[in-house]
Amino acid sequence: MSRLRTAALVGNPNAGKSALFNALTGARQKIANYPGVTVERKAGRLTLPSGEPVELIDLPGAYSFEPSSPDEEVTRKVVHGEFAGEAVPEVLIVVLDAANLEQHLVFAQEVIALGRPTVVALNMIDLAERDGLTLDAEALAQGMGVPVIPTVAVRRRGLEQLIAAIGTAQVTAQEVQPHPQAQRTLAERRFTAANIAHGAILSETAQHRLHAGLDKVLLHPWMGPLILFGFLFVMFQAVFAWATPFADALEALAGMMADAINNNMGPSFVRDLLTQGVIAGVGSVVVFLPQIVILFAFILAMEASGYMARAAFLMDRMMQGVGLSGRSFIPLLSSFACAIPGIMATRSISDPKDRLTTILIAPLMTCSARLPVYAVIISAFIPHRTVGPGIGLQGLVMFGLYVAGIVGAMAAALVLRQTVTKGAASGFIMELPRYQMPLFKDLAIGLWQRAWIFLRRAGTIIFTVTVVLWLLLSFPRAAPGESQVEASIAGQLSKGLAVVVEPIGFNREIALALIPAMAAREVAVSSLATTYAVDATDEDAAAQGLASQLSAKWSLPTALAFLAWFVFAPQCLSTIAVTRRETNGWKWPLFMLAYLFGLAYLFAGITYWSAVALGL
Amino acid sequence: MTLEGLERGHRARIVAVDWSRLAPEDGVRLRALGLDAGARVAIAHRGVFGGSDPVAVMIGRMTVAVRRVHAAAMEVEPL
Repeated sequence: MSRLRTAALVGNPNAGKSALFNALTGARQKIANYPGVTVERKAGRLTLPSGEPVELIDLPGAYSFEPSSPDEEVTRKVVHGEFAGEAVPEVLIVVLDAANLEQHLVFAQEVIALGRPTVVALNMIDLAERDGLTLDAEALAQGMGVPVIPTVAVRRRGLEQLIAAIGTAQVTAQEVQPHPQAQRTLAERRFTAANIAHGAILSETAQHRLHAGLDKVLLHPWMGPLILFGFLFVMFQAVFAWATPFADALEALAGMMADAINNNMGPSFVRDLLTQGVIAGVGSVVVFLPQIVILFAFILAMEASGYMARAAFLMDRMMQGVGLSGRSFIPLLSSFACAIPGIMATRSISDPKDRLTTILIAPLMTCSARLPVYAVIISAFIPHRTVGPGIGLQGLVMFGLYVAGIVGAMAAALVLRQTVTKGAASGFIMELPRYQMPLFKDLAIGLWQRAWIFLRRAGTIIFTVTVVLWLLLSFPRAAPGESQVEASIAGQLSKGLAVVVEPIGFNREIALALIPAMAAREVAVSSLATTYAVDATDEDAAAQGLASQLSAKWSLPTALAFLAWFVFAPQCLSTIAVTRRETNGWKWPLFMLAYLFGLAYLFAGITYWSAVALGL
Repeated sequence: MTLEGLERGHRARIVAVDWSRLAPEDGVRLRALGLDAGARVAIAHRGVFGGSDPVAVMIGRMTVAVRRVHAAAMEVEPL
């Protein structure tokens, strides 16, 4: 027999698969997409007791091999060896939620019936015990004909035994006589599942009181929505307030690096490139890492605790009002962090028109890349004072911008559902998983993956764009008395665009910032920082913060129009690219670009003209 | 009587489901979750913001959210 190389985790959604995967493989994971589809492929390395490494794959959760979503389709194909380019997993690890055996055994039988080496992880056994269930793993193993290992992934209980069982599964499978499990109907499998579960449950007391009690409050007709909106409000205030000390520290670090270079190098092209281009540009974006990490911490905790599904339940009626379902709420909420994972999360929406609508409005949700733009403009133009106990005016304006994005998205969905994505309303069927305390390690792994994606973007796309922009801004050199920005190549380029955006109150520097900001919105900030750093006549002006420079050079209507522009503008090439991939063509990303730029121009204009009319 | 009309907290058994009233994919998903003839269910919660939609159905030790239209297609007998 050949050495074991690949194994895969399979099971129902909410069986605790991801937590088990994290516990078995640690933080070293490779996350990519399955070729041709947009389902995430998570792979990690598991070390057998013999020291041999095995590639462990975390397959998407599925309720059956009869697929009703792209995720389930991938699971079916990989397990059956029908996925081109994907090795058939040699050992299958079925993950069962110990407290929900009767349901999870229905799919488990389908997996075991394949007749391949299989091990069952009877997961979350502690929660089952908390719920008053006492289980007999031995009886379960006999009923199913495969080894059963009780595990508690979050406490690392049973992991050694599980790994040992994976290592010997190929041998064990040859000894055990497989049950005669030919193709059986769903009803037959359900009947067997009930029998096996019944035989394995030694005692059972009243059902999960904690779970039901929490739902009673969190899904309460008026308390539920109140708690949800309160939670979201706290989340956005936290993003703004908690991140400040960390952001200040990063900013100080960038300043120290620039000073160190200035003190140790003579005036030269390389020195200016490093300080004005690299540090001013990349530094002004990396400063927002703390805010992004805090936002993702909230979203990941919502997902891990089971509250995300409740939020979907509460929001379903409202989403139905604009022709969507509660399922769209999760992708849209994720889009607050970034539209890219948000758009990728739409894969869980089975209805194609629902999904397309959600993709098209996802960029309207205020993603974290807008935070740098909003934060700079708000701190430059909105006075730092309170308008009530614990409510800062700056935070309130930020909240208002988020609300503007949400209202815009809902209105867009309503219009799209009546026109381009016209069709029957879709259904909403979703399991509400049990509540769980999110585990620090799982959150940390998720946060690290998100932060790394952001930093890699800062190190590659944003780095390249800011350096190119700095070069375009620095050449040709201006004659004495002439503005460097006016004389530069970029200055000439932006003249054409400036004519277009002048009516909505945008100046040359903004026109100049909008071009590289197509790469990513936050580049607008680094571009402005680079522009004003290049244009600064003396060291003092360059040393001034970007915010104070803006407040001296822009009018309030211009600043407000700039904010309104960024509520709508689709300034993110990665979003366009991911939309192209998710919709398999250029039609919808181009449509997205056109309608969002149209809205951005319109609303920036309305904001500017009304602000001027009001004499602001 | 349909599941849609079942009062909150009361238990019932699904006796028949009119699949023809539902989208085929919805049917696949409902059956996969065990919402089929013979299942013992109860209504745990109803949605807010008007229309008591969706409904949270208890089935075994699991809670599943479905729309009112799904619940309306399920004939139940109270237990």
